[in-house]
Amino acid sequence: MTPNPYLFIVIFVAVALAFPLLPLGLAWLWRRFFQPPKPGVQKNAIYECGVESIGEAQIQFRSQYYLYAIIFLIFDVEAIFLVPFAVAFTGLPVGAFIAILVFLLLLIEGLVWAWGKGCLNWAR
Amino acid sequence: MSEGQIDEALRSELQRQGVWVTSMQELYNWGRKNSIWPLQFGLACCAIEMIATAASRYDIARFGGEIFRPSPRQADLMIVAGTVTKKMAPQIVRLYNQMPDPKYVISMGACAISGGPFKQGYNVLKGIDRYIPVDVYIPGCPPRPEALLHAFMELQRKIDSQKLTGAGKAEHLDAKQPSEFPVPAFGEHDLQPPANPDVYHPPVLERQS
Repeated sequence: MTPNPYLFIVIFVAVALAFPLLPLGLAWLWRRFFQPPKPGVQKNAIYECGVESIGEAQIQFRSQYYLYAIIFLIFDVEAIFLVPFAVAFTGLPVGAFIAILVFLLLLIEGLVWAWGKGCLNWAR
Repeated sequence: MSEGQIDEALRSELQRQGVWVTSMQELYNWGRKNSIWPLQFGLACCAIEMIATAASRYDIARFGGEIFRPSPRQADLMIVAGTVTKKMAPQIVRLYNQMPDPKYVISMGACAISGGPFKQGYNVLKGIDRYIPVDVYIPGCPPRPEALLHAFMELQRKIDSQKLTGAGKAEHLDAKQPSEFPVPAFGEHDLQPPANPDVYHPPVLERQS
């Protein structure tokens, strides 16, 4: 008689459940009968580096470097896209042409923004 | 021999016959002493010797202590390896407090014991045992890796002798024993308090006139 082929899956699931639950149960029994839990303020502290945490975690970070990211996109990433665009310009269908124009327009908006912020001025 | 304990002669006789008899306490201590995970932090030159002890030449893995944990939550043993400055002492006590029980401390080197060559300095703590209980002291400046291994074996011996029940049971099993110790803070001139009187019992000098 051949066993049910799903029997192995049942065994597998049972072992997979018992494997973590058995040590957890043993640990619970150990805590219950032998080792009293000793929680404390520092033991339960979130930060575990020896240094006390200061203030709240929910604070706003000042995104200082987004202008660099915009400039990088305009003058570096855009240039990479512009070269193949220029090479294949004569053979492009209208859809691709409009798509790249939208892409350019988005980055030009960024350029205008960065220009308005004074990013393109020489630092003296 | 207390009640419920097996006779040593009978035990060795059984062992010869291939029957291994043990107790819960021995099994527990055997597992604990062979898997001591130290906290991975060094303070000064003793830490270099500690690193050498963990590396292949001295190989602390032979004693089950090679898993240096970067988090106090996973560590059993704190090796105070080096000079403890007063700036660092509160952090060390806080790290010790954050370690789960059972926890042990090895005070490695002259500086961690007493301040060592910097004892007269204004900024050096004169022994980490002023704030946390130390299990094993290793003299030396710095102690050789063999000395750290010896301290490790001493600690294993201590763990092996700890009791599960009764009056002299291990500290982490006793609900009355504290697990956290007060962290010193910077006062006007020095750390306040300068020592924890519950922990620090300096030898009393008796001068003979």
